[in-house]
Amino acid sequence: MLRGKGRRISFFDEMTSQEGETRSPYRDYCGWFEAEDATRIQRKAQQAEALFRTTGITFNVYGAADGDERLIPFDVVPRIISASEWRRLSRGIEQRVRALNAFLYDIYHRQEILRAGRVPVELIAGNEAFLPMMMGLDPPGGIYTHISGTDIVRTGANEFYVLEDNARTPSGVSYMLENRETMLQMFPELFAKVPVREVSDYPINLLKSLAACAPPACGGTPTVAVLTPGIHNSAYYEHSFLADHMGAELVEGHDLRVVDGRVAMRTTQGYKAIDVVYRRVDDDFLDPLNFRPDSMLGVPGIWDVYRAGGITIANAPGTGIADDKALYSYMPDIIEFYTGEKALLPNVPTWRCSDPEHLREVLDRLPELVVKEVHGSGGYGMLVGPAASKKELAAFRAKLEANPGNYIAQPTLSLSTVPIFTKKGLAPRHVDLRPFVLMSPQGITITPGGLTRVAMTKGSLVVNSSQGGGTKDTWVLED
Amino acid sequence: MLGKTAGSLFWMARYLERSENNARLIDAGFRIALTRSSTAAAEWKSVLVTAGVNQAFQAAHGDYSSARVIDFLLRDPANPSSILSVIKLARDNARTARTALTRETWEAVNTSWMTLVALLKRPVREDDLPDVLTTIRQQSAHVRGALNGTMLRNDGYHFALLGTFLERADNTARILDVKYYLLLPSVAHIGTSIDNVQWETILRSVSAHRAYRWLYGAEISALKIAEFLILYRQMPRSLAFCCERMEAHLAQLQRHYGDETEAWRLAHALSHEKLAGPIQSIFDGGLHQYVTSFLRDTAALARQVERDYRFVE
Repeated sequence: MLRGKGRRISFFDEMTSQEGETRSPYRDYCGWFEAEDATRIQRKAQQAEALFRTTGITFNVYGAADGDERLIPFDVVPRIISASEWRRLSRGIEQRVRALNAFLYDIYHRQEILRAGRVPVELIAGNEAFLPMMMGLDPPGGIYTHISGTDIVRTGANEFYVLEDNARTPSGVSYMLENRETMLQMFPELFAKVPVREVSDYPINLLKSLAACAPPACGGTPTVAVLTPGIHNSAYYEHSFLADHMGAELVEGHDLRVVDGRVAMRTTQGYKAIDVVYRRVDDDFLDPLNFRPDSMLGVPGIWDVYRAGGITIANAPGTGIADDKALYSYMPDIIEFYTGEKALLPNVPTWRCSDPEHLREVLDRLPELVVKEVHGSGGYGMLVGPAASKKELAAFRAKLEANPGNYIAQPTLSLSTVPIFTKKGLAPRHVDLRPFVLMSPQGITITPGGLTRVAMTKGSLVVNSSQGGGTKDTWVLED
Repeated sequence: MLGKTAGSLFWMARYLERSENNARLIDAGFRIALTRSSTAAAEWKSVLVTAGVNQAFQAAHGDYSSARVIDFLLRDPANPSSILSVIKLARDNARTARTALTRETWEAVNTSWMTLVALLKRPVREDDLPDVLTTIRQQSAHVRGALNGTMLRNDGYHFALLGTFLERADNTARILDVKYYLLLPSVAHIGTSIDNVQWETILRSVSAHRAYRWLYGAEISALKIAEFLILYRQMPRSLAFCCERMEAHLAQLQRHYGDETEAWRLAHALSHEKLAGPIQSIFDGGLHQYVTSFLRDTAALARQVERDYRFVE
C-alpha cells in the first residue's frame, strides 16, 4: 500500500489475492516456504551474495575505490508466472517484435507508414536515433532487431502493459541466467517440487539465431564474435558471460581490423574473418571513419564492410529509432499497420509533451504523472510525480515548459508487487519484467520468463539497478 | 584464440607468479631484518632491487625502515609490483581472458583478489606478517590447482604456463643478480666460508633451503648453491628447470599451430646452450656476466613470444 494525495491506492500482489488467498501459480512455492525455517533462508540469501561476488557479477562504479565493486541486490523469492499468463504474454511480445522489425525495414526503405500518415514525418526526420545511412540497405536475413528486451509491467490479474521496447542492446540477460543458476544451487529441492521451465538454453539459442543471420560473404560455419567496450564497462560481465557460453570470441575494437574486405580479428595465427558481430557498443562508436571520429571502441571501416554484405551487425545500426520514447505512443498504430491486427499487449497511455494540448494537460496533472526524457534511459532524468516534493515539481515544470519536445508523460502505474524476503518476513515490493526475444529468419524465440527487476525500497516504483533496484529469479510454470 | 587473449593468459600467469615470488622475497627479507638489525637496511635494499622497484621506493621514501619497505611491497598503489597492484593486474588480465578460463580458474583468481584486497585494506602489523604472507602463497597455490585441475591442455594453457616459467626464471635470475657477490669464488678462496644466514636467505627466497640440505647435506659452498639454483633440473625454481618447461610449452604450441617459431628456437638455445653447464665454466666466465646475459635472453624471449603469437598489433 502506498499513500498518495490522501488516497489509498491498492496494488495487485502477484502472490496473495486481496482476499488473502495464495494465487494459484504460487501455491507450490508457498507450501514449501511455509515449511521452511526462516533462518535457513536467511543464511542462503547471504550465501547467494557470496556466490555472486565469487562469480564476479559485479559492476564497477566509476571513480570508486578498488575492490569497491557493486552487486545488484538479489532476492531469493522467485517471481512466478503461470503457463497461461505466459502464453498470452509471449504472443503479445512476438507480435510486437515482428512489428518493430517490419517498421524498421519500412522506415529504412519505402517509408510507407509515413506516406500513409500513421506516423508524423518530423518524428523520424528530426530524430537523432534515425540513421540516414541505413536507407535502402538490406541487413542480412532482413533482421534488424536480433535481440530485444520488451519491458512489461502488470497492474492487475489480467492487465499487462508494455512500458518500453528495448531494441538497441538490452542488457540483463546474464542476470536472468545467473539468478536461476543461483536458485538451483541454493534450493535444489524446490525445482523437484515446482515444474519450472528452463532458461539455460538462451546462449545456444542466441548463437543459432545470430548464425542464421550470417552475411552473404560467409562461407561455411559462421564465426560469431561479441564486441565489448572492454573490462571497464559496467556490463562487461555480461559480455564475457555470453561469449563464453556461446563459445564465441570476445573482441574489443583494437582486436579487429578490415582485411581484404572483411572484418577480421587478430588471432595468434594472424587475422581471421568474422561473420556476425554481436556488438555491445552504441551505433555512434561503431566506426570512427563513418560515425564519431574520436571513438576508440569500434572498427575503422566496418561500416563499408557491412554495406557490402561482408558482416552482420547485431542489432543492426539504426534500430534505436524503434525504441525511441517519442515513437512509443505510436506503437499500437505501428502494430496494426504491419500485422493487420490489434496490439495484443496494450501501451501505457502517453502524453506527448511536444503537442501543446497534451502539454497543458500534463502540466495540470503533474503531481500524479511520471515524466520521462524522450532519449533518456536507466531511470535518470525522470520525474515520479507522486513521490516528488513541491520544489522538485516546480523545477521539473520549468524544464518541461522550456523544452516540451524532450518529454513524454504517463500516468503513475500501480505496478504489481511480489514479496521479497526481509528479516521481518515477506514484504511486497514493486516489480517489472524484461523478457528477452531473439529474432532470425527462422523465427522468434522468447526465453520463458526473463529478468524481473524489483524496487527494494518499500513503496518505491523505480526498479532500475542504477537507482537501487534488485532482481529476482523469474519462473514460468510448465503446463 | 585471439592474440590479446593469449597475451592476457600469459600476463595473468606472470603476475600471479610475481605475487607469490614477492611474498617469498618479503619473507626472506623480514627474517634477516628480525635476526640481524644491523644489516636490515642493506637486506631490504636488495629485496627492493630484486623486485625491480628500488628507485621507485627511494623516490617516495628514502630510508629503509622495515615498516615502510613492507608496506611499499605489499600495498602501495604507487608500486606497480606491490602485491595489491600485481593481483589486480592478474585479475584484470583474467577478466580480459575470461572466455579462455574455466569457471574454477576464474573464480580462484577472483577469490584471490577479493581475499587480498580485504587482507591488505590496512597496513599489516609485523606480527601479522607471516600469516599474511602465508595467505598470499596459499592463494597462489589455489589458482595453480584450479588451472592444473580444470583447464584443457590447449594453447591457452600453454600460454599461461609459459608466463609462469618466464616470470619464475626471471625472478630466480634476479635473486642471483643481486646476491652474486656473496657467491663469488674469491670470497670462498680466502677461506671465509660464505655467510650462513645470507645463503640461507637466498635459498629461502626460492623456498629451497630444505631441498638443498637433502641434496647436498651440510656442505655449504658458493659453487653448490649456484649449481643448485642455475643448473639443477629437479629444482622447480632453477633456471634450467624453468627454461626446460618454457621450451616444452613452446614446443606444444608449435605442435598445436603446426608451424615453427623463432620463440621456440630461442628457448631451445637457452635451455641447451646456456644451461648445459658445468657450473665451473659459468664461474670461469664470470657469474655476474652470466646472469646479466641470461636476463637479457629471457627478456628477448618474452618479446619474441609476444611477436610470434600477436599479443599486440
